[in-house]
Amino acid sequence: MLDIKDLHAGIDGKEILKGLTLHVGVGEVHAIMGPNGSGKSTLANVLAGRPKYVATSGTVTYEGKDLLALPAEERAREGVFLAMQYPVEIPGVNNIYFLKAALNSIRKHQGLEELDAMEFLQLAREKMKLVELDEAFMNRSVNEGFSGGEKKRNEIFQMAVLDPKLAILDETDSGLDIDALRIVAEGVNALASEKHSVLVITHYQRLLRYLVPDFVHVLADGKIVKSGGKELAEELEQKGYEWVEREVASSNTEEVAAAP
Amino acid sequence: MSSVLEDRSTIEPQHIDGEPERVRRIRAQAAGRFNALGWPTTRLEEWKYTSLTPLTNIAWKTDQRDPHLNVEGSPASLAKSAIAELTFVNGRLARNLASAANQHPSIRVTTMREAMSSEVFARHFATYADYERHALTAMNTALWQDGAYIEIFPVTPVEGFIHLLFIGEGSAASHPRNLIVAGHGSQITVIETYVGSGTYFTNTVTEIVAGQGAVVDHYKFENESLEAFHIGTVQIHQERSSSVTSRTIAIGGGLVRNEINVALTGEGASLSLEGLFVLSGKQHVDNHTVIDHVAPHCDSLELFKGILDENARGIFDGRIIVEPDAVKTSSRQTNRNLLLSETAVVDSKPSLEIHNDDVKCNHGSTIGQLDEEALFYLRARGIGEEDARNLLVYAFASEIVERMKIDVVRENAGRALFSRMPARLPERRGEPR
Repeated sequence: MLDIKDLHAGIDGKEILKGLTLHVGVGEVHAIMGPNGSGKSTLANVLAGRPKYVATSGTVTYEGKDLLALPAEERAREGVFLAMQYPVEIPGVNNIYFLKAALNSIRKHQGLEELDAMEFLQLAREKMKLVELDEAFMNRSVNEGFSGGEKKRNEIFQMAVLDPKLAILDETDSGLDIDALRIVAEGVNALASEKHSVLVITHYQRLLRYLVPDFVHVLADGKIVKSGGKELAEELEQKGYEWVEREVASSNTEEVAAAP
Repeated sequence: MSSVLEDRSTIEPQHIDGEPERVRRIRAQAAGRFNALGWPTTRLEEWKYTSLTPLTNIAWKTDQRDPHLNVEGSPASLAKSAIAELTFVNGRLARNLASAANQHPSIRVTTMREAMSSEVFARHFATYADYERHALTAMNTALWQDGAYIEIFPVTPVEGFIHLLFIGEGSAASHPRNLIVAGHGSQITVIETYVGSGTYFTNTVTEIVAGQGAVVDHYKFENESLEAFHIGTVQIHQERSSSVTSRTIAIGGGLVRNEINVALTGEGASLSLEGLFVLSGKQHVDNHTVIDHVAPHCDSLELFKGILDENARGIFDGRIIVEPDAVKTSSRQTNRNLLLSETAVVDSKPSLEIHNDDVKCNHGSTIGQLDEEALFYLRARGIGEEDARNLLVYAFASEIVERMKIDVVRENAGRALFSRMPARLPERRGEPR
C-alpha cells in the first residue's frame, strides 16, 4: 500500500524528517507516536502534498505510484485522505456542496458514476449518524463556527463519505473529550478493513484505547526509532518519551564510539 | 449626432420642449455650477484616486437619433420576470413595457419627460442630489434628456420588481436621470442595469425618496462595456422609519465611479448598503459612499467587498457622518478586499465623523489574498486547484450575492460574476450549496 524509504523532508529549508522508513500494508492500522517536534505532522503533510513541505530525498511509493510526484488533489483522488490537525474554516463554502464536489471528483477519477444530489444526501445522512453530527451542520459553511470537537468529527465524517484507501489522522485526538474520542475511533474502526489502511499520528496513547493498532512506531528527531506491537504504546505511556530518547541517545553514542 | 461637449470644459443647459419653469431654472443653475467647478481633478480629496483625464480627453457627442426601438434582443432584459421595464439607449427611451403595471391605480412607471409637469416631480426633482458642489451631478442635471420616473402611492406594497435598463453605444455621452418616489407605507423593488458595447460615457443620477415607513430595495447592476466610462450617483433620502436596502454590483466598465449618498432624515430609519466589485484587466472602479445620520435612532449597516485580479484598481471610500442630533445611532461599516494578483491595487478608506457621544459605531477594512490553507484543504479532498480557487472567490462574493432576494437577479449576478472572473467558474448545475 504505502512504502516510505529513507525520506528526508522539511519546510523552509529546514530538514525535519531525516531518513524515515515505513511500510504500511493493505488493511493495516499503524500508529505513529512521538514527542512534539519529532516530525509527526511533517510526515502527515508531506504525504498529503501540502505546499511548502518539500521532500529532499528518499521515496514514497503508494500503490506502485510515486506519491510525491502527484499534486494534492491527485493524491486525494487516488484514495489518500488526511484528517487535518487544524481543520480550516471556509466561510461561504457550504459543507454539503463542498463534500459532494469532492466525492464526485474522486469518483470521476476512479471511473465511477458521479452521485446526484439525492444519492449523495442519502449517503451523507448515513455517515452523519456514524459521527453523531447534527444535519444542521451540513448546511453551514465548512467548519465555520464549529467547536474543536465538531471540526474533528467533521474530518471523520468526510473520511467516512470519501472512503479512502489510506487514511492519515494527524493528531485527530488532540483536545477531544472522551465522547468525541470514542466517536472518532468508531469512525476509524468502521473504515479500517481488509482494503483500507490507516495511519494514526498521535502524541498521546489515549486514542489507542479505542482503536487498536497493528503496529506502533516511535518517531524521534525525524526518524522511526522503535517499532513494535500495540504493547509499545502502553510502555510509552508508562515510561514516557524520555525512555525512548535515552535509548536512542545511548545507541548513537555507541555508534560514535565504534567509529574509528 | 451633434456635439454638445465640444468645448470640453464648459456646458450649456439642454432644455426639453415643454419643460416646466423650475426644471429650466435648475438646468441653467446646474450648467453654471459645472462651468464654475470644472471637471474634478485628483487635487480634490474626494477624487484623489481617480483621474478623469482619459474621459475629458474625448470629445463626446450626444446621440440625437431616434432611439432604436428594436431592443428585444438585449440579453440584459428582465422583461420576462419584471412587472415593468423601461429600456433607454444612450439616455433616450427605446422601449416602454410599463403599461400593465400602470393599470394599477397606485403605481406610476413612466419617463422623466412624461412626469416632469407633475406636482410630486416638482417637489422632489433635484432636491436631494447636490448639483451645487458635485460637478458630475451638475452636468447630469443640466444635460439629462430622459430617464425613469417611478412613483408608488402611499400604503401600496408592490410585489415583484421594476427594471430599468440603460444601454450605451456608439461613442455617445448620455446623462440618464431617474426619480423614484416611494410614498409612506409603500414597498417597491427597483433594479437598474447598465450595459453597452464599445466606448461611451454614461453619467447617471438616480434620486430615491423613501417616505415614512416605506420599504425600498434598490439594485444597481453596473456591467458596462470594458471600454466604457461610467459615473453614477444614487442619492437616497430616507424619512421616518423607512427601510432601504441598496446593492451595487460593479463588474463592468473601464473607468467607473459609483457614488451612493444616503441621508437618514427621519427617526428610526434603517439602511443596508451593500456593494460588490469584481475587477480584472485594467479596470478602475472608485466606490464612494456617504451615509449621513441626521435623525436619532437610525441604523446603518454597510458592507462593500472587492475582488481584484490582474492590473485592476479598486477604491472604497466610505464616510459615515453622525450629526449632533442623531443620538442612539447604530452604524457599522465594513470593507473587505481580495487581491488575486500581485499587480492589483485597492485603496480602502473607511471613515467615521461622529458629532455626539451617544452612538454605537464601528468600522473596519481588510485587504488579503486567497487563503492558502483553505485552498489546500479543498485540494486535499480531491477538488482541482482551479475549481478550488474559483470556489473560494465565489465564496467571498457569495455573502452579498446570496442575500439578493429576487431569484432572477441573484442568478444573473452569479452568472455575470463567473463570466468576469479571470479563471472561469464551471456553471453551477443547480446544485444545493
